Amino acid sequence: MRYGDKVAVDHLSLQIPRGVIAAVLGRNGVGKTTTLETCEGYRRPQQGTVRVLGLDPVAQHHDLTPHIGVMLQEGGAWGGVRATEMLTHLARLHAHPLPVDLLVDRLSLGECGRTPYRRLSGGQKQRLSLAMALIGRPELLFVDEPTAGMDVAARHTTWDLLRELREDGATVVLTTHYLDEAEALADEVHIIDAGRLVASGSPSELGALAATSIRLVGKQPLTALPEFTAVRVDAVDERTAVFTGEGVTMGLLAAIVSWCEEQEVTPETLTFGQRDLEEVFLSLTGSGDDAVGGAA
Amino acid sequence: MSGTFTPAPGGARFARKVLAQAGMEFRLMLRNGEQLLLAIVIPVVVLVATVVGSRKLGVSLEGRAVDLFTPGVLALAVLSTAFTSVAVATGFERRYGVLKRLGTSPLSRTGLLLGKVLALLAVQLVQFTVIGAVATWLGWRPHWHPGVIALAAFGTAAFASWGLLVAGVLRAEATLAVANLVFLLLMAAGGVVLPTSTYGGFGTVATWLPSGALGDGLRAAFIDGQFTWSRLLILAAWTLIGAVLTARTFTWE
Repeated sequence: MRYGDKVAVDHLSLQIPRGVIAAVLGRNGVGKTTTLETCEGYRRPQQGTVRVLGLDPVAQHHDLTPHIGVMLQEGGAWGGVRATEMLTHLARLHAHPLPVDLLVDRLSLGECGRTPYRRLSGGQKQRLSLAMALIGRPELLFVDEPTAGMDVAARHTTWDLLRELREDGATVVLTTHYLDEAEALADEVHIIDAGRLVASGSPSELGALAATSIRLVGKQPLTALPEFTAVRVDAVDERTAVFTGEGVTMGLLAAIVSWCEEQEVTPETLTFGQRDLEEVFLSLTGSGDDAVGGAA
Repeated sequence: MSGTFTPAPGGARFARKVLAQAGMEFRLMLRNGEQLLLAIVIPVVVLVATVVGSRKLGVSLEGRAVDLFTPGVLALAVLSTAFTSVAVATGFERRYGVLKRLGTSPLSRTGLLLGKVLALLAVQLVQFTVIGAVATWLGWRPHWHPGVIALAAFGTAAFASWGLLVAGVLRAEATLAVANLVFLLLMAAGGVVLPTSTYGGFGTVATWLPSGALGDGLRAAFIDGQFTWSRLLILAAWTLIGAVLTARTFTWE
Protein backbone atom coordinates (compact mmCIF):
# COMPACT_ATOMS: atom_id res chain seq x y z
CA MET A 1 0.00 0.00 0.00
CA ARG A 2 1.33 3.37 -0.96
CA TYR A 3 0.33 6.94 -0.31
CA GLY A 4 2.14 8.95 -2.95
CA ASP A 5 5.72 7.76 -2.81
CA LYS A 6 5.46 6.56 0.78
CA VAL A 7 5.16 2.82 1.19
CA ALA A 8 2.85 2.38 4.17
CA VAL A 9 2.40 -1.39 4.09
CA ASP A 10 4.96 -3.48 2.29
CA HIS A 11 4.72 -7.22 1.55
CA LEU A 12 2.76 -7.78 4.70
CA SER A 13 1.56 -11.34 4.86
CA LEU A 14 -0.55 -12.72 7.65
CA GLN A 15 -3.47 -15.03 8.21
CA ILE A 16 -5.84 -14.83 11.13
CA PRO A 17 -7.96 -17.87 12.02
CA ARG A 18 -11.58 -17.56 13.08
CA GLY A 19 -12.55 -17.30 16.71
CA VAL A 20 -9.46 -15.57 18.05
CA ILE A 21 -8.50 -12.13 19.21
CA ALA A 22 -5.60 -11.02 17.06
CA ALA A 23 -3.65 -7.90 17.85
CA VAL A 24 -1.71 -5.92 15.28
CA LEU A 25 0.90 -4.23 17.39
CA GLY A 26 3.19 -1.43 16.39
CA ARG A 27 4.20 2.15 17.04
CA ASN A 28 2.21 5.04 15.63
CA GLY A 29 2.50 5.44 11.89
CA VAL A 30 3.89 2.01 11.01
CA GLY A 31 0.90 0.98 8.90
CA LYS A 32 -1.54 -0.60 11.39
CA THR A 33 -4.55 1.45 10.35
CA THR A 34 -3.68 1.08 6.67
CA THR A 35 -3.56 -2.69 7.12
CA LEU A 36 -6.95 -2.67 8.82
CA GLU A 37 -8.53 -0.34 6.28
CA THR A 38 -7.30 -2.54 3.46
CA CYS A 39 -9.17 -5.45 5.08
CA GLU A 40 -12.27 -3.28 5.47
CA GLY A 41 -12.27 -2.44 1.77
CA TYR A 42 -11.46 1.27 2.12
CA ARG A 43 -8.25 0.88 0.14
CA ARG A 44 -7.33 -1.25 -2.80
CA PRO A 45 -3.87 -2.79 -2.49
CA GLN A 46 -1.54 -1.87 -5.37
CA GLN A 47 -0.02 -5.33 -5.08
CA GLY A 48 -0.95 -8.59 -3.43
CA THR A 49 -4.22 -10.15 -2.34
CA VAL A 50 -6.50 -9.56 0.61
CA ARG A 51 -9.33 -11.95 1.52
CA VAL A 52 -11.66 -11.37 4.43
CA LEU A 53 -14.07 -14.21 5.26
CA GLY A 54 -13.12 -15.50 1.82
CA LEU A 55 -14.26 -12.30 0.11
CA ASP A 56 -12.41 -9.57 -1.75
CA PRO A 57 -13.02 -6.50 0.47
CA VAL A 58 -13.15 -4.11 -2.49
CA ALA A 59 -14.80 -6.10 -5.29
CA GLN A 60 -17.22 -7.90 -2.95
CA HIS A 61 -17.57 -5.04 -0.50
CA HIS A 62 -21.34 -5.23 -0.49
CA ASP A 63 -21.35 -8.93 0.43
CA LEU A 64 -18.78 -8.39 3.15
CA THR A 65 -20.18 -5.37 5.02
CA PRO A 66 -23.12 -7.13 6.74
CA HIS A 67 -20.67 -9.59 8.31
CA ILE A 68 -18.19 -7.15 9.79
CA GLY A 69 -18.27 -4.59 12.55
CA VAL A 70 -15.93 -1.63 12.31
CA MET A 71 -14.68 0.70 14.99
CA LEU A 72 -12.87 3.64 13.44
CA GLN A 73 -10.07 5.42 15.23
CA GLU A 74 -12.13 8.59 15.30
CA GLY A 75 -15.39 10.09 14.11
CA GLY A 76 -18.09 8.14 12.34
CA ALA A 77 -21.21 9.92 13.63
CA TRP A 78 -23.02 13.17 12.80
CA GLY A 79 -22.25 16.07 15.13
CA GLY A 80 -25.91 16.55 15.98
CA VAL A 81 -26.92 12.93 16.44
CA ARG A 82 -27.65 11.61 19.94
CA ALA A 83 -25.68 8.62 21.13
CA THR A 84 -28.60 6.19 21.35
CA GLU A 85 -30.13 7.60 18.17
CA MET A 86 -26.96 6.71 16.27
CA LEU A 87 -27.08 3.17 17.63
CA THR A 88 -30.75 2.84 16.73
CA HIS A 89 -29.99 4.05 13.23
CA LEU A 90 -27.23 1.49 12.68
CA ALA A 91 -29.45 -1.22 14.20
CA ARG A 92 -32.03 -0.51 11.49
CA LEU A 93 -29.46 -1.21 8.80
CA HIS A 94 -28.96 -4.76 10.11
CA ALA A 95 -31.14 -7.84 9.97
CA HIS A 96 -30.66 -9.16 13.52
CA PRO A 97 -29.21 -6.31 15.56
CA LEU A 98 -28.47 -6.45 19.27
CA PRO A 99 -30.91 -4.54 21.45
CA VAL A 100 -29.72 -0.93 21.72
CA ASP A 101 -30.45 -0.94 25.48
CA LEU A 102 -28.11 -3.87 26.02
CA LEU A 103 -25.14 -2.04 24.50
CA VAL A 104 -26.07 1.22 26.22
CA ASP A 105 -26.04 -0.69 29.49
CA ARG A 106 -22.87 -2.69 28.87
CA LEU A 107 -20.88 0.34 27.74
CA SER A 108 -22.36 2.77 30.29
CA LEU A 109 -23.80 5.05 27.64
CA GLY A 110 -27.01 5.67 29.58
CA GLU A 111 -25.96 8.97 31.12
CA CYS A 112 -24.97 10.44 27.75
CA GLY A 113 -27.61 8.69 25.63
CA ARG A 114 -29.38 11.93 24.72
CA THR A 115 -26.23 14.01 24.34
CA PRO A 116 -25.37 15.10 20.79
CA TYR A 117 -22.23 13.38 19.53
CA ARG A 118 -20.25 16.60 19.27
CA ARG A 119 -20.60 17.17 23.02
CA LEU A 120 -19.50 13.69 24.11
CA SER A 121 -16.13 13.31 25.84
CA GLY A 122 -13.33 11.42 24.14
CA GLY A 123 -13.96 8.30 26.20
CA GLN A 124 -17.72 8.42 25.57
CA LYS A 125 -17.08 8.72 21.84
CA GLN A 126 -14.82 5.68 22.00
CA ARG A 127 -17.45 3.64 23.84
CA LEU A 128 -20.17 4.68 21.40
CA SER A 129 -17.90 3.82 18.52
CA LEU A 130 -17.36 0.34 19.96
CA ALA A 131 -21.11 -0.08 20.45
CA MET A 132 -21.60 0.96 16.80
CA ALA A 133 -19.22 -1.80 15.76
CA LEU A 134 -21.08 -4.43 17.81
CA ILE A 135 -24.71 -3.53 17.07
CA GLY A 136 -25.06 -5.67 13.92
CA ARG A 137 -23.90 -8.93 15.61
CA PRO A 138 -20.82 -9.20 13.38
CA GLU A 139 -18.85 -12.37 13.01
CA LEU A 140 -15.69 -10.38 12.44
CA LEU A 141 -14.82 -7.21 14.28
CA PHE A 142 -12.16 -4.69 13.26
CA VAL A 143 -11.29 -2.32 16.07
CA ASP A 144 -8.70 0.38 15.57
CA GLU A 145 -7.01 1.45 18.83
CA PRO A 146 -10.11 0.53 20.85
CA THR A 147 -9.00 1.84 24.22
CA ALA A 148 -7.15 5.00 23.21
CA GLY A 149 -8.48 7.81 25.40
CA MET A 150 -10.41 5.49 27.73
CA ASP A 151 -10.02 5.55 31.50
CA VAL A 152 -8.85 2.42 33.31
CA ALA A 153 -12.35 1.17 34.12
CA ALA A 154 -13.62 1.61 30.56
CA ARG A 155 -10.50 -0.10 29.31
CA HIS A 156 -11.17 -3.21 31.39
CA THR A 157 -14.86 -3.19 30.40
CA THR A 158 -13.77 -3.10 26.77
CA TRP A 159 -11.34 -5.96 27.25
CA ASP A 160 -13.99 -8.06 29.00
CA LEU A 161 -16.44 -7.31 26.20
CA LEU A 162 -13.97 -8.34 23.51
CA ARG A 163 -13.16 -11.56 25.40
CA GLU A 164 -16.88 -12.31 25.66
CA LEU A 165 -17.22 -11.77 21.93
CA ARG A 166 -14.51 -14.33 21.29
CA GLU A 167 -16.17 -16.80 23.66
CA ASP A 168 -19.43 -16.33 21.75
CA GLY A 169 -17.69 -17.22 18.52
CA ALA A 170 -16.73 -13.93 16.90
CA THR A 171 -13.29 -13.04 15.61
CA VAL A 172 -11.65 -9.82 16.72
CA VAL A 173 -8.83 -8.03 14.93
CA LEU A 174 -7.53 -5.04 16.81
CA THR A 175 -4.69 -2.62 16.39
CA THR A 176 -2.91 -1.26 19.38
CA HIS A 177 0.28 0.37 20.42
CA TYR A 178 -0.22 -0.73 24.01
CA LEU A 179 1.89 -3.78 24.80
CA ASP A 180 -0.13 -4.57 27.91
CA GLU A 181 -3.30 -4.59 25.82
CA ALA A 182 -1.85 -7.08 23.37
CA GLU A 183 -0.42 -9.19 26.16
CA ALA A 184 -3.62 -9.24 28.22
CA LEU A 185 -6.12 -9.69 25.43
CA ALA A 186 -4.73 -11.29 22.33
CA ASP A 187 -4.40 -14.95 21.39
CA GLU A 188 -1.98 -13.95 18.71
CA VAL A 189 0.12 -10.86 18.25
CA HIS A 190 1.45 -9.57 14.94
CA ILE A 191 4.12 -6.97 15.35
CA ILE A 192 4.58 -4.67 12.40
CA ASP A 193 7.17 -2.04 11.82
CA ALA A 194 7.65 0.24 8.82
CA GLY A 195 4.83 -1.58 7.04
CA ARG A 196 6.38 -5.02 7.43
CA LEU A 197 5.50 -7.93 9.66
CA VAL A 198 8.45 -8.45 12.00
CA ALA A 199 7.05 -11.16 14.29
CA SER A 200 3.94 -13.24 14.91
CA GLY A 201 2.96 -15.50 17.75
CA SER A 202 1.12 -15.78 21.02
CA PRO A 203 2.21 -13.30 23.68
CA SER A 204 4.08 -16.07 25.51
CA GLU A 205 5.75 -17.29 22.32
CA LEU A 206 6.90 -13.80 21.53
CA GLY A 207 8.14 -13.38 25.07
CA ALA A 208 10.09 -16.59 24.63
CA LEU A 209 11.45 -15.52 21.26
CA ALA A 210 14.79 -15.31 22.91
CA ALA A 211 14.03 -16.75 26.28
CA THR A 212 17.05 -15.50 28.09
CA SER A 213 18.95 -12.41 27.28
CA ILE A 214 21.65 -10.21 28.67
CA ARG A 215 21.12 -6.50 28.77
CA LEU A 216 24.06 -4.22 29.26
CA VAL A 217 23.81 -0.51 29.85
CA GLY A 218 27.19 1.16 30.09
CA LYS A 219 28.06 4.46 31.69
CA GLN A 220 30.15 5.08 28.58
CA PRO A 221 29.22 4.41 24.94
CA LEU A 222 29.71 0.77 23.96
CA THR A 223 32.08 1.06 21.05
CA ALA A 224 33.71 -1.90 19.31
CA LEU A 225 31.64 -4.69 20.84
CA PRO A 226 33.18 -7.97 19.69
CA GLU A 227 31.28 -10.68 17.79
CA PHE A 228 30.10 -13.62 19.88
CA THR A 229 29.14 -16.99 18.44
CA ALA A 230 25.41 -17.77 18.30
CA VAL A 231 24.53 -14.44 19.81
CA ARG A 232 22.58 -11.58 18.36
CA VAL A 233 23.48 -8.13 19.55
CA ASP A 234 20.92 -5.35 19.33
CA ALA A 235 22.26 -1.91 20.03
CA VAL A 236 19.20 -0.19 21.51
CA ASP A 237 21.18 3.03 21.80
CA GLU A 238 24.87 3.80 21.96
CA ARG A 239 25.07 2.85 25.66
CA THR A 240 22.67 -0.11 25.62
CA ALA A 241 23.07 -3.53 24.05
CA VAL A 242 20.82 -6.59 24.28
CA PHE A 243 22.36 -10.01 23.67
CA THR A 244 19.98 -12.77 22.58
CA GLY A 245 20.18 -16.23 21.05
CA GLU A 246 21.47 -19.70 21.90
CA GLY A 247 24.84 -18.38 22.90
CA VAL A 248 23.42 -16.50 25.88
CA THR A 249 25.07 -18.40 28.70
CA MET A 250 26.87 -17.65 31.93
CA GLY A 251 30.06 -17.90 29.86
CA LEU A 252 28.86 -15.03 27.70
CA LEU A 253 28.11 -13.03 30.80
CA ALA A 254 31.70 -13.56 31.95
CA ALA A 255 33.01 -12.59 28.50
CA ILE A 256 31.00 -9.39 28.56
CA VAL A 257 32.28 -8.53 32.00
CA SER A 258 35.90 -9.02 30.93
CA TRP A 259 35.29 -7.01 27.75
CA CYS A 260 33.96 -4.17 29.90
CA GLU A 261 37.12 -4.38 32.00
CA GLU A 262 39.38 -4.26 28.94
CA GLN A 263 37.48 -1.36 27.39
CA GLU A 264 37.17 0.47 30.71
CA VAL A 265 33.40 0.55 30.38
CA THR A 266 31.57 0.67 33.69
CA PRO A 267 28.27 -1.17 33.54
CA GLU A 268 25.38 0.88 34.83
CA THR A 269 23.14 -2.18 34.70
CA LEU A 270 23.89 -5.68 33.56
CA THR A 271 20.94 -8.06 33.68
CA PHE A 272 20.56 -11.69 32.78
CA GLY A 273 17.10 -13.18 32.43
CA GLN A 274 13.71 -13.46 30.70
CA ARG A 275 12.63 -10.69 28.39
CA ASP A 276 9.11 -9.38 28.48
CA LEU A 277 7.04 -8.47 25.45
CA GLU A 278 8.24 -4.91 25.58
CA GLU A 279 11.86 -5.92 25.16
CA VAL A 280 10.98 -8.27 22.32
CA PHE A 281 9.04 -5.46 20.72
CA LEU A 282 11.88 -2.98 21.06
CA SER A 283 14.49 -5.39 19.77
CA LEU A 284 12.29 -6.29 16.80
CA THR A 285 11.25 -2.82 15.80
CA GLY A 286 14.36 -0.88 16.76
CA SER A 287 14.05 2.12 18.97
CA GLY A 288 14.35 4.88 16.41
CA ASP A 289 11.35 7.10 15.84
CA ASP A 290 11.39 6.89 12.04
CA ALA A 291 7.75 6.82 11.03
CA VAL A 292 6.14 5.35 7.92
CA GLY A 293 8.35 3.18 5.71
CA GLY A 294 10.95 4.18 3.19
CA ALA A 295 10.61 5.86 -0.15
CA ALA A 296 9.45 3.74 -3.08
CA MET B 1 -23.02 -21.28 21.49
CA SER B 2 -25.73 -18.88 22.42
CA GLY B 3 -24.08 -16.00 24.20
CA THR B 4 -25.09 -12.37 23.99
CA PHE B 5 -22.70 -11.69 21.16
CA THR B 6 -23.16 -14.89 19.16
CA PRO B 7 -22.76 -13.68 15.57
CA ALA B 8 -25.96 -13.22 13.56
CA PRO B 9 -24.77 -11.00 10.75
CA GLY B 10 -26.93 -9.68 7.93
CA GLY B 11 -28.23 -6.51 6.36
CA ALA B 12 -31.79 -5.26 6.66
CA ARG B 13 -34.01 -5.15 3.55
CA PHE B 14 -32.99 -2.47 1.07
CA ALA B 15 -36.16 -0.37 1.44
CA ARG B 16 -35.85 -0.42 5.23
CA LYS B 17 -32.24 0.73 5.10
CA VAL B 18 -33.02 3.56 2.66
CA LEU B 19 -35.99 4.73 4.74
CA ALA B 20 -33.91 4.61 7.93
CA GLN B 21 -31.22 6.72 6.29
CA ALA B 22 -33.74 9.18 4.85
CA GLY B 23 -35.51 9.53 8.20
CA MET B 24 -32.24 10.09 10.01
CA GLU B 25 -31.02 12.77 7.58
CA PHE B 26 -34.44 14.46 7.58
CA ARG B 27 -34.48 14.69 11.39
CA LEU B 28 -30.91 15.99 11.49
CA MET B 29 -31.70 18.69 8.91
CA LEU B 30 -34.75 19.90 10.82
CA ARG B 31 -32.75 19.91 14.06
CA ASN B 32 -29.97 22.05 12.62
CA GLY B 33 -30.68 25.72 13.25
CA GLU B 34 -28.55 27.09 10.41
CA GLN B 35 -30.13 24.74 7.90
CA LEU B 36 -33.63 25.68 9.06
CA LEU B 37 -32.73 29.34 8.71
CA LEU B 38 -31.61 28.71 5.17
CA ALA B 39 -34.45 26.39 4.23
CA ILE B 40 -37.48 28.08 5.80
CA VAL B 41 -36.75 31.40 7.49
CA ILE B 42 -34.88 33.17 4.68
CA PRO B 43 -37.39 32.25 1.93
CA VAL B 44 -40.36 33.27 4.10
CA VAL B 45 -38.68 36.56 5.05
CA VAL B 46 -37.90 37.25 1.37
CA LEU B 47 -41.52 36.51 0.43
CA VAL B 48 -43.07 38.70 3.10
CA ALA B 49 -40.53 41.50 2.60
CA THR B 50 -40.98 41.70 -1.19
CA VAL B 51 -44.78 41.51 -1.05
CA VAL B 52 -45.29 43.90 1.86
CA GLY B 53 -42.40 46.12 0.73
CA SER B 54 -43.71 46.62 -2.78
CA ARG B 55 -47.15 47.41 -1.35
CA LYS B 56 -45.76 49.97 1.09
CA LEU B 57 -43.45 51.56 -1.46
CA GLY B 58 -46.20 51.63 -4.07
CA VAL B 59 -44.01 49.95 -6.70
CA SER B 60 -45.97 49.55 -9.93
CA LEU B 61 -45.89 45.90 -11.00
CA GLU B 62 -47.47 44.07 -13.90
CA GLY B 63 -49.68 42.12 -11.54
CA ARG B 64 -50.06 41.40 -7.84
CA ALA B 65 -46.79 41.23 -5.89
CA VAL B 66 -47.57 37.92 -4.20
CA ASP B 67 -48.28 36.25 -7.55
CA LEU B 68 -45.06 37.65 -9.04
CA PHE B 69 -42.74 36.82 -6.14
CA THR B 70 -43.98 33.48 -4.75
CA PRO B 71 -42.67 31.34 -7.65
CA GLY B 72 -39.20 32.86 -7.22
CA VAL B 73 -39.29 32.21 -3.48
CA LEU B 74 -40.14 28.56 -4.19
CA ALA B 75 -37.11 28.45 -6.51
CA LEU B 76 -35.05 29.99 -3.70
CA ALA B 77 -36.22 27.19 -1.38
CA VAL B 78 -35.06 24.59 -3.89
CA LEU B 79 -31.68 26.34 -4.20
CA SER B 80 -31.19 26.55 -0.42
CA THR B 81 -31.95 22.90 0.31
CA ALA B 82 -30.75 21.08 -2.79
CA PHE B 83 -27.51 23.02 -3.17
CA THR B 84 -26.41 24.72 0.04
CA SER B 85 -27.80 22.27 2.61
CA VAL B 86 -26.70 19.22 0.64
CA ALA B 87 -23.20 20.63 0.14
CA VAL B 88 -22.72 21.68 3.76
CA ALA B 89 -24.21 18.51 5.27
CA THR B 90 -22.24 16.21 2.98
CA GLY B 91 -19.04 18.18 3.51
CA PHE B 92 -19.29 17.68 7.26
CA GLU B 93 -20.34 14.04 6.91
CA ARG B 94 -17.12 13.50 5.03
CA ARG B 95 -15.06 15.47 7.52
CA TYR B 96 -16.43 13.63 10.56
CA GLY B 97 -16.07 10.18 9.07
CA VAL B 98 -19.82 9.57 8.78
CA LEU B 99 -19.56 8.63 5.11
CA LYS B 100 -16.57 6.46 5.94
CA ARG B 101 -18.38 4.67 8.77
CA LEU B 102 -21.52 4.15 6.69
CA GLY B 103 -19.25 2.79 3.98
CA THR B 104 -18.69 -0.36 6.05
CA SER B 105 -22.33 -0.63 7.14
CA PRO B 106 -24.81 -2.73 5.13
CA LEU B 107 -26.10 0.50 3.56
CA SER B 108 -24.70 0.59 0.02
CA ARG B 109 -23.65 3.77 -1.75
CA THR B 110 -26.80 3.60 -3.83
CA GLY B 111 -28.80 3.27 -0.62
CA LEU B 112 -27.04 6.25 0.90
CA LEU B 113 -27.65 8.40 -2.18
CA LEU B 114 -31.32 7.36 -2.34
CA GLY B 115 -31.71 8.12 1.36
CA LYS B 116 -30.26 11.58 0.78
CA VAL B 117 -32.62 12.23 -2.13
CA LEU B 118 -35.67 11.15 -0.08
CA ALA B 119 -34.62 13.30 2.88
CA LEU B 120 -34.11 16.23 0.51
CA LEU B 121 -37.56 15.78 -1.03
CA ALA B 122 -39.14 15.55 2.42
CA VAL B 123 -37.50 18.81 3.49
CA GLN B 124 -38.70 20.46 0.28
CA LEU B 125 -42.22 19.25 0.98
CA VAL B 126 -42.05 21.02 4.35
CA GLN B 127 -40.64 24.16 2.68
CA PHE B 128 -43.30 24.23 -0.04
CA THR B 129 -46.05 23.71 2.53
CA VAL B 130 -44.86 26.56 4.73
CA ILE B 131 -44.14 28.96 1.84
CA GLY B 132 -47.40 28.00 0.11
CA ALA B 133 -49.35 28.64 3.31
CA VAL B 134 -47.73 32.05 3.86
CA ALA B 135 -48.28 32.98 0.21
CA THR B 136 -51.93 31.89 0.36
CA TRP B 137 -52.35 33.99 3.49
CA LEU B 138 -50.89 36.92 1.51
CA GLY B 139 -53.45 36.23 -1.23
CA TRP B 140 -51.52 34.07 -3.74
CA ARG B 141 -53.63 32.90 -6.69
CA PRO B 142 -51.42 30.70 -8.87
CA HIS B 143 -52.03 28.99 -12.20
CA TRP B 144 -51.37 25.26 -12.01
CA HIS B 145 -49.30 23.57 -14.68
CA PRO B 146 -47.99 20.00 -14.26
CA GLY B 147 -44.66 21.21 -15.65
CA VAL B 148 -43.83 22.77 -12.25
CA ILE B 149 -43.26 19.26 -10.86
CA ALA B 150 -40.73 18.49 -13.59
CA LEU B 151 -39.06 21.89 -13.15
CA ALA B 152 -38.78 21.43 -9.37
CA ALA B 153 -37.48 17.87 -9.81
CA PHE B 154 -34.82 18.81 -12.37
CA GLY B 155 -33.92 21.96 -10.44
CA THR B 156 -33.40 19.81 -7.34
CA ALA B 157 -31.30 17.31 -9.29
CA ALA B 158 -29.16 20.05 -10.87
CA PHE B 159 -28.45 21.85 -7.60
CA ALA B 160 -27.90 18.63 -5.63
CA SER B 161 -25.37 17.30 -8.15
CA TRP B 162 -23.40 20.55 -7.90
CA GLY B 163 -23.76 20.59 -4.13
CA LEU B 164 -22.24 17.11 -3.95
CA LEU B 165 -19.50 18.21 -6.35
CA VAL B 166 -18.49 21.10 -4.08
CA ALA B 167 -18.64 18.85 -0.98
CA GLY B 168 -16.56 16.20 -2.70
CA VAL B 169 -13.81 18.52 -3.89
CA LEU B 170 -13.38 21.08 -1.10
CA ARG B 171 -12.67 20.79 2.61
CA ALA B 172 -15.70 21.11 4.91
CA GLU B 173 -15.01 24.74 5.92
CA ALA B 174 -14.41 25.79 2.31
CA THR B 175 -17.59 23.96 1.30
CA LEU B 176 -19.52 25.90 3.94
CA ALA B 177 -18.15 29.20 2.63
CA VAL B 178 -18.61 28.46 -1.06
CA ALA B 179 -22.09 26.97 -0.66
CA ASN B 180 -23.33 30.04 1.24
CA LEU B 181 -21.59 32.48 -1.09
CA VAL B 182 -23.09 30.86 -4.18
CA PHE B 183 -26.49 30.91 -2.47
CA LEU B 184 -26.21 34.65 -1.83
CA LEU B 185 -24.89 35.44 -5.31
CA LEU B 186 -27.60 33.46 -7.05
CA MET B 187 -30.29 34.88 -4.77
CA ALA B 188 -29.13 38.40 -5.66
CA ALA B 189 -28.20 38.02 -9.31
CA GLY B 190 -29.09 34.54 -10.53
CA GLY B 191 -32.65 35.14 -11.62
CA VAL B 192 -34.12 33.30 -8.66
CA VAL B 193 -36.43 35.81 -6.99
CA LEU B 194 -36.39 38.48 -9.70
CA PRO B 195 -36.95 37.59 -13.40
CA THR B 196 -33.78 37.45 -15.50
CA SER B 197 -35.39 40.09 -17.76
CA THR B 198 -34.88 42.67 -14.99
CA TYR B 199 -31.09 42.30 -14.98
CA GLY B 200 -30.30 44.06 -18.27
CA GLY B 201 -27.22 42.68 -20.03
CA PHE B 202 -26.44 40.07 -17.36
CA GLY B 203 -29.96 38.71 -17.75
CA THR B 204 -28.92 36.71 -20.81
CA VAL B 205 -26.24 34.96 -18.77
CA ALA B 206 -28.67 34.38 -15.90
CA THR B 207 -31.17 32.61 -18.17
CA TRP B 208 -28.53 29.93 -18.77
CA LEU B 209 -27.86 29.42 -15.06
CA PRO B 210 -29.84 26.71 -13.27
CA SER B 211 -31.13 29.39 -10.91
CA GLY B 212 -32.44 31.54 -13.77
CA ALA B 213 -33.92 28.58 -15.64
CA LEU B 214 -35.74 27.35 -12.52
CA GLY B 215 -36.87 30.82 -11.42
CA ASP B 216 -38.12 31.91 -14.86
CA GLY B 217 -39.65 28.49 -15.49
CA LEU B 218 -41.64 28.51 -12.25
CA ARG B 219 -42.72 32.12 -12.85
CA ALA B 220 -43.96 31.34 -16.37
CA ALA B 221 -45.89 28.33 -15.07
CA PHE B 222 -47.40 29.84 -11.94
CA ILE B 223 -48.06 33.35 -13.32
CA ASP B 224 -49.11 32.62 -16.90
CA GLY B 225 -49.71 28.88 -16.91
CA GLN B 226 -47.01 28.42 -19.56
CA PHE B 227 -44.29 25.81 -19.83
CA THR B 228 -41.09 26.09 -21.88
CA TRP B 229 -39.06 22.95 -22.61
CA SER B 230 -35.81 24.89 -23.07
CA ARG B 231 -35.68 25.71 -19.35
CA LEU B 232 -36.09 22.05 -18.44
CA LEU B 233 -33.30 21.19 -20.89
CA ILE B 234 -30.97 23.77 -19.31
CA LEU B 235 -31.61 22.19 -15.90
CA ALA B 236 -31.09 18.71 -17.32
CA ALA B 237 -27.77 19.79 -18.86
CA TRP B 238 -26.54 21.24 -15.54
CA THR B 239 -27.57 17.99 -13.83
CA LEU B 240 -25.64 15.91 -16.32
CA ILE B 241 -22.46 17.99 -16.02
CA GLY B 242 -22.71 18.09 -12.24
CA ALA B 243 -23.32 14.36 -11.95
CA VAL B 244 -20.45 13.41 -14.26
CA LEU B 245 -18.00 15.70 -12.46
CA THR B 246 -19.19 14.47 -9.06
CA ALA B 247 -18.83 10.82 -10.06
CA ARG B 248 -15.24 11.54 -11.14
CA THR B 249 -14.11 13.56 -8.15
CA PHE B 250 -16.13 12.51 -5.12
CA THR B 251 -14.21 10.87 -2.29
CA TRP B 252 -15.82 9.25 0.72
CA GLU B 253 -13.23 10.31 3.26
